[in-house]
Amino acid sequence: MRSKNIVGRFDIWLLIIYLALVTIGLLSIYAAAYNEAHPHIYDLSQNYGKQLLFIGVSLVFGFAILLIDAKFFNAFAYVIYGLSILSLLLVLVVGSKISGSTSWIQFGPISFQPSELAKFGTALALAHYLGKLDTDISKLKTKLTAYGIVLLPMLLILAQGDAGSASVFIIFLLVLYREGMGGKILIIGLAAATLFILSLCVSKWYVIIGLVVLYAIFLLLINRTKKNIWLLTWILIASCAFVFSVDFAFHHVLKQHQQTRINIILGKEHDTKGVGYNLNQSMIAIGSGGFSGKGYLKGTMTKYNFVPEQHTDFIFCTVGEENGFVGCFAVIVLYLALVLRIIHLAERQRSTFSRIYGYAIACIFFFHFAINIGMTIGLVPVIGIPLPFLSYGGSSLLMFSMMLFVFLKQDANRMNIL
Amino acid sequence: MIKNKINYSHRKYVIGSIFILVAVILLIKLFIIQIVDDSYKQSSDNNTLRYITQYPSRGKIYDRNGKLLVYNDAVYDLMIIPSQAKNIDTAAFCKLLNISNQVYNNNLKKAKKYSNITPSIFISQITKEEYGRIAEVLYNYPGFYFQTRSIRQYPMPIAAHTLGSIGEVTKPEMERDSYYKLGDYIGKSGIEKYYEKELRGKKGMKITVVDVHNREKERFMNGEYDTLPEPGKDIILGLDADLQAYGEYLMAGKTGSIVAIEPTTGQILAMVSSPTYDPNELVGRTRGTRYSELLNDPDKPLINRAISGTYPPGSTFKMINGLISLQSGVITANTAYTCYGPNSVPIKCTHYHSSPVRLYDAIENSCNPYFWYAFQDMMNSKRFGSQREGFKFWYDNVTSFGLGRSFNSDIPFTVSGNIPKMEYYDKIYRGVWNAMTIRSLSIGQGEILVTPLQLANVAAAIGNEGYFYEPHYIKSFGSPDDSVSFEKHVIDIKQKHFKDVKKGMQSVFEGEHGTARMSAIPGITVGGKTGTAENPHGPDHSIFMAFAPVENPQIAIAVVVENAGFGSTWAAPIASLLIEKYIKGEVTRPNLEKRVLTLNQPEK
Repeated sequence: MRSKNIVGRFDIWLLIIYLALVTIGLLSIYAAAYNEAHPHIYDLSQNYGKQLLFIGVSLVFGFAILLIDAKFFNAFAYVIYGLSILSLLLVLVVGSKISGSTSWIQFGPISFQPSELAKFGTALALAHYLGKLDTDISKLKTKLTAYGIVLLPMLLILAQGDAGSASVFIIFLLVLYREGMGGKILIIGLAAATLFILSLCVSKWYVIIGLVVLYAIFLLLINRTKKNIWLLTWILIASCAFVFSVDFAFHHVLKQHQQTRINIILGKEHDTKGVGYNLNQSMIAIGSGGFSGKGYLKGTMTKYNFVPEQHTDFIFCTVGEENGFVGCFAVIVLYLALVLRIIHLAERQRSTFSRIYGYAIACIFFFHFAINIGMTIGLVPVIGIPLPFLSYGGSSLLMFSMMLFVFLKQDANRMNIL
Repeated sequence: MIKNKINYSHRKYVIGSIFILVAVILLIKLFIIQIVDDSYKQSSDNNTLRYITQYPSRGKIYDRNGKLLVYNDAVYDLMIIPSQAKNIDTAAFCKLLNISNQVYNNNLKKAKKYSNITPSIFISQITKEEYGRIAEVLYNYPGFYFQTRSIRQYPMPIAAHTLGSIGEVTKPEMERDSYYKLGDYIGKSGIEKYYEKELRGKKGMKITVVDVHNREKERFMNGEYDTLPEPGKDIILGLDADLQAYGEYLMAGKTGSIVAIEPTTGQILAMVSSPTYDPNELVGRTRGTRYSELLNDPDKPLINRAISGTYPPGSTFKMINGLISLQSGVITANTAYTCYGPNSVPIKCTHYHSSPVRLYDAIENSCNPYFWYAFQDMMNSKRFGSQREGFKFWYDNVTSFGLGRSFNSDIPFTVSGNIPKMEYYDKIYRGVWNAMTIRSLSIGQGEILVTPLQLANVAAAIGNEGYFYEPHYIKSFGSPDDSVSFEKHVIDIKQKHFKDVKKGMQSVFEGEHGTARMSAIPGITVGGKTGTAENPHGPDHSIFMAFAPVENPQIAIAVVVENAGFGSTWAAPIASLLIEKYIKGEVTRPNLEKRVLTLNQPEK
């Protein structure tokens, strides 16, 4: 069955969810900056005017993508990946500093964040590499290459001092898991995360003692073959080494403000005046929204600029304050629908490339929304990553839109693949 | 599906479950803070939260002896939130505020235009007395409240250029630093601008619950979400307030400037730029109009001539040339040249003295031919091989005195002046030039331009016998744990040459023919040099530089009086009086002082 028109039969639900999210974003940015002197939403001197322009540009790019041959992105995956790596290297040389990390490139009036491009590039490159017919996923070389594709941009972004954007790449683990790699890694990852939090919350020596006790218990319970005993011993040694390195990394690698942010989340520090200020203000704003919110444009916290960076990373505060639990519920359900719909569609793809790519972007969207919202309500440390489609910002909106539209095109074209 | 691969599609359920689980966790937490925990909510619909910015007190500024130069005085801004300002008895309110109905309507309109729900200033800078009267009855007028602000006050009307001023932030300033909000004050010039971050402190925020009667009822959640303002740091300047005031007194009616430096530290003791203005004029509600008046004044009182006026140094430059010739080895302090007085070629001598002259006499008499010969011999010295190398030696040494560059310290906008480069002469003389072509340099004329600050710094460097600190205003911050340091520069010329030059400069005051002998100070040894700078803008500038006491200088000074004639007539006595004032604490020569005050700037 060939598609009837040039665009193809793309999934209308994804498009509707997308449009709903960008509209909520625009209205929230408008509310955050609402000013009776500039009531027009298309006022280009204001953030909401600019965001409207960004949405327009994103839609133009999006529909252009629907017109391009679906094979284009598979064929040019490495080129785009290469470009994103180059721009990450470039930003280390000529980048301009915006709030502490060197992650922007300035072209005249336009500033652009290469780490946004890198997420897209990495999703394409990973899908392309694993989607090749001759790639044998069970080989060690394949696995190492796949990890390498993810690690390279991640390390470069870390070198810019932008730990938030770098952390996004962790979520590619889920993609690899879907393709049959790293079931163990996911379990190890969960165990590592638990150990990580434990060793920061309590003294590392308690964690070590706990591990040794667990080791003894397991030793009693399992079938004590030589192999099992060795395995268990190695796990114990590796865990202890991990605990020590976390302790070291926390105190010697992380910057003071990052340590403090983590401590606040873990409840080890209570600080409403200093670093905890953002978080507290954001929680008051959201909490004061109550069940149904204070009403659109009626927020008081968000109006007075008490919530810092409110149109970018803290845009969810506006939703929480003005639209209450109802609004928050709606936004979260929309995101959930978006990522579940994408993996549902990904599963029906014939091409491995399209499926992996679909999982990759679903995971990226998921990570952003979970971490960003989690941060505004005090569940995770304050990490400066945007809320997809809602946060103010040209390069993030454009890249998120392109990621989605490339997938829409792949899906629309799925019947043409034999 | 590609065959012979294990199908992992069941893992989509694991991934989907993770997505749903995380979303549910987020929703539970939201449910808790939005619905279960009501500590975030306001106690009643009738109560509104009012966010009041707590402005920190800006750091005070003191002189080197602890005299207060700048402090804060409280004023009160009457704020309005238009959406809450309902049922106002306009007539009574206008009477209370002593404003007309029209002013009331205009201000209300302006506030509404800015925002209906964000507070804005209704009437700014209400005095303490008025505040007391109005605050008593303000509860009758919902939507209005007071916010405390501070304005700068100057107990002595001096040092306007150095201290600078503060004013409301502009839009570009707000965009550059998100700390500032509309109506905030920011340092606009001088010390206030350079040390803005230290002086301003950190704003705090008080959240109060206000009832329907416009009364502040209680702190929101017992002040848990309030932030306290952090006061700004005090600053102690190297400035000596009495010296500064005396300098401004002597310069009144003249155009020019004075810079005095403490040689051992590089701290500015006094910096006068005349004409000047009273810093109290640029404060408060009158700031805007007064500022534009000053800006349009043809005498340009806003310009700090001490750091941005450039002048040919004239004869005050001869010491540097002498030092360079000594260092090059072509002359010693005892080398003598013949002076033919007014018949000297190519540069005439304007003073009558015996001949031949040695270095000391040449400085004492400001003998032009001596310095021309010394310059020529240095340029032609075999040691350098070529005149180009000779010139390079000269250029490198001249610039090591801090000339031809701007200073890198807390003195903003220092102008670099001009020391001509080899490339410049190559260009205008097409590569063919020699000592003769550039002879004006030997007597501090030609292309050389220096600022009074640079000149004072040269005096400090000579007084110190070969080093100086980058000149700067600050002595320390109010708390001793914040130390400040500035770069020390050592000049690559032997100390004994400096001693010889200083001896010559001392005889400028003490010698029989010394050009400043009329300005000698009883009981204090002074080294100095007069300068009479020809310039294209009119009569010669009267210039003088000096340091005292010669043995261990405590003050180095440069004085420029524009278009006033000989250095010995005006600049030298002014410098002399200031040195006496600084070292003795008083002036013992009322006649000299009286004579200096008689000069009122002639028409240009």
